[in-house]
Amino acid sequence: MNIDDIKREFPIFDDKIQNNDLVYLDSANSSQKPRVVVDRIYDFYTKEFSNVGRSVHYLAVAATNLYEQTRVSVQKYINAKDKDEIVFTKGATEAINLVANTFGQKYLSEGDEVLLTELEHHSNYVPWHFLRKAKNIKIEFAEINDDGEVTLEAIEKKITNKTKIISVSHLSNVTGAILPIKEIVELAHSKNIPVLIDGCQGAPHLRLDMQDIDCDFYAISGHKMYGPTGIGVLYAKKKWLEDLPPYQGGGGMINEVKKEGITYGELPNKYEAGTMATAQVIAFNESIKFMEKIGIKNIEKHEKELLDYGLEKLRKNNSVNIIGNPKEKGGVISFTIEGVHPHDIATILDEDGVAIRAGHHCCQILHDKLNLPATARASFGVYNTKDDIDKLDEAINKCKKIFNL
Amino acid sequence: MDLKDLYQEIILDHGKNPRNLGKFDNYNKDAKGNNPLCGDNVHVYLRLNENKKVEDIAFEGHGCAISMASASIMTDMVRGKEEKEVKEIITDFLGMIKEKDSLETNILKDDEKTKLMSLSGVKQYPMRVKCATLSWHTLTSALDNSDQIVKTEE
Repeated sequence: MNIDDIKREFPIFDDKIQNNDLVYLDSANSSQKPRVVVDRIYDFYTKEFSNVGRSVHYLAVAATNLYEQTRVSVQKYINAKDKDEIVFTKGATEAINLVANTFGQKYLSEGDEVLLTELEHHSNYVPWHFLRKAKNIKIEFAEINDDGEVTLEAIEKKITNKTKIISVSHLSNVTGAILPIKEIVELAHSKNIPVLIDGCQGAPHLRLDMQDIDCDFYAISGHKMYGPTGIGVLYAKKKWLEDLPPYQGGGGMINEVKKEGITYGELPNKYEAGTMATAQVIAFNESIKFMEKIGIKNIEKHEKELLDYGLEKLRKNNSVNIIGNPKEKGGVISFTIEGVHPHDIATILDEDGVAIRAGHHCCQILHDKLNLPATARASFGVYNTKDDIDKLDEAINKCKKIFNL
Repeated sequence: MDLKDLYQEIILDHGKNPRNLGKFDNYNKDAKGNNPLCGDNVHVYLRLNENKKVEDIAFEGHGCAISMASASIMTDMVRGKEEKEVKEIITDFLGMIKEKDSLETNILKDDEKTKLMSLSGVKQYPMRVKCATLSWHTLTSALDNSDQIVKTEE
């Protein structure tokens, strides 16, 4: 794969940003969009637009077909058994909220435990916290080790006979740790506990095979996969989608509506109430095709090379402290510089067009544990090069200079 | 935009060695402030005497160079001033950060104004304005005996 060719497919890199070539190292936050995705949204709105699943006119039928084609693409991409196991949501956040809400309604009661990890993003904690408030359930956190990993043993330690569901991240957006999700699922299933995987950082960077992982739920964010904002996917085993109650009520998700009562629609309509983010779903198909064209193995390899290069470079840079040292790690490097606050780092780097994120990255539990109020984070995507990392390193040096380090 | 405007020597100095950092025993007013998006927080303590004069003031907290410097300079500047003078300074400072080109209050001496103006560099960095203003909003809250934790995201 030729990175220069790939980079050219992203219009954002065509022009200077604030007089700089953009060094975009914030893909864990959201990825940039290839031209095919942007064009698809424009084309759909200008040539093909109609609402889906309702009318019988030509445009409505065509739009419905396009919308459903994305469902099949996603199914194949993640190797789900059935296309009805793919539910579109507004994002991974909504996907997790959907599970917490419906599973919580049906299966959780006072004293039951939900097992998370200390690595979790707020989107995989706050929805469960709602249940803690509403139903008096307990939330347990599997601990991280000194390398910023969560091991299978750490999960096992927190499982009790009250544990009703385990919900863990696939890949940490702070330490980059890749969790042993297949083993976690195997362990949980041996105790009849279902597992939700927050795949926000997993799906854009790792090969996915739902039938192999065997998880019950997997949440995907579209905008981190070179796709549009406002779209995500909940993968759920069919048995759960049939068993759990609907999440939101509205048009499209019903079977029959009478004054006396309502019956709900078949899958996947049952979970897609109201007009969905149609254009985004249709354009998301282009993101999947884009990733398939490059090949997830090539993406993994490229990002691993960047990671190794970045770690080597930054470790050599005095006063840079890298957060976590997981054996299995994705393309995320969180760091601090002794004597410079992460927000100051981010502002100074930005002056040279180096876009990183600073803060707690929506992981306050983890930052509390690390005893750090904030960290700086560089994260990679397919379009990044070793040159980007050199520029990051140079900008860090400038930062140290300004702060007289 | 110029980083030198933002990270002036005085900011770096106050950011690195904040004055009045800590807590003292006989404070009679205090308030907390935080910036939920970046995790910065500050706790301002002060003692108003019977003449409504700020007898002592200090702060605890952590944050970037801008927020630490701002709290440091602010606490230096309001010590010994009367409550209504402090409020006037706060309004003037926040007005300057928001829109005005300079400080207008007659309460501050010229060298004090110069010191405060060193924070004006944030005006070019909209995302960093809240770093400079957090401690000031928190001081207002302390003076008003508000129980509400100040948040910059409102």
